[in-house]
Amino acid sequence: MELNAFIIFFAAIFTSNILLTNFLGMCSFLSVSKEIESSIGLGMAVTFVMTVTSAINYVVYHFILVPLDIIYLQYIIFIIVIAAFVQLTEMVLERFSPLLYYSLGIFLPLITVNCAILGVSLFMIIRDYSFLQAVAYGAGSGLGWLLAILILAGIRKKIKDKYVPTGLVGAGLSLIITGIMALAFVGFSGIVVIQ
Amino acid sequence: MKKKEIFITSAFTQNSVWRQILGICSALAVTNLMLNSLVMGLGVIFTLALSGFTISLIREYIPKRIRMMVQTLIIASYVIIVDLFLKTFYPEISKSLGPYVGLIITNCIIMGRAEAFAGKNSPVDSVIDGIGAGMGYTLVLLIIASVRELFGFGSLFGIPILGDWWTKWSIMVMAPSAFFMLAILIWIINTPRQKRG
Repeated sequence: MELNAFIIFFAAIFTSNILLTNFLGMCSFLSVSKEIESSIGLGMAVTFVMTVTSAINYVVYHFILVPLDIIYLQYIIFIIVIAAFVQLTEMVLERFSPLLYYSLGIFLPLITVNCAILGVSLFMIIRDYSFLQAVAYGAGSGLGWLLAILILAGIRKKIKDKYVPTGLVGAGLSLIITGIMALAFVGFSGIVVIQ
Repeated sequence: MKKKEIFITSAFTQNSVWRQILGICSALAVTNLMLNSLVMGLGVIFTLALSGFTISLIREYIPKRIRMMVQTLIIASYVIIVDLFLKTFYPEISKSLGPYVGLIITNCIIMGRAEAFAGKNSPVDSVIDGIGAGMGYTLVLLIIASVRELFGFGSLFGIPILGDWWTKWSIMVMAPSAFFMLAILIWIINTPRQKRG
């Protein structure tokens, strides 16, 4: 792995978008994308939590789990780190920035169960990233997720009043739009490959 | 509720994937091969059944405020068992599933069943509910995987079905087709229901 952290950052947004190529974070993606404002809010919260937890989890994994030889506990530890961090952010925001708390705060509990967050931590371990690469990957994945949910929210708003076959209303239609978006993103995939 | 009823409700009529759109992250990710889908499905059945059993057993003693955390930790413990089992006995499959085994923890189906069923019902019923929901999930995975593997690789479970004349549709192996396949499946299943009702 000699990829520049900068390259990983861009690859995580475009060529290996966490949502469109790895299918992570679908649940909240489908349910929140009805409105553009809440999509931006959730997307920003995801980006923030993803960047910081990938850094924390990297440190925890390489300086605690590996030396103690308890790598098999990584799932539990990662989940605890994520949940604890989300809880902490919520409390800090509530205390110091009520304004930000009201725009982002309601999305924070949703994030603990967003599989993209745990996924980023697991991918960075599997791909053996360095610290800088891991943080870049976390930030890029978060922004990629934000980009994807924003596009979907925009398209859904445009076609809200159009005719759609009854069986396809809701999740079915969102999935088809996402599929077309994924096709478009496949176009980027020749530029750089991160595995 | 009778045992059989519980099973059928959670496996078919209230199928987590097509009725409630839960747990689709992994449903999309592993379905390019039948074998991966089957293993994933078995892992989810195992986790669902046993975490349902455990949560139902101690449901009286879990404080309400930290309920989610306790449930997550119970689920994570079972996922670790699945992961270690695969790593030891089927390292190849474990490698190709990658992080998706670990991601069973955040699979919304398991949390959903824990919240909606295991927290309120007896341990035995919870096991049946878990197995039912898991089977329903596996069924969806296998349906999608059968189409994707057949067209994408010309094989089923790695056994060549279509001969050399078949031009492999590489789009079926890639990400977009997973979205389309699931959308079509949901469309087909929801259409007659809405006409009647």
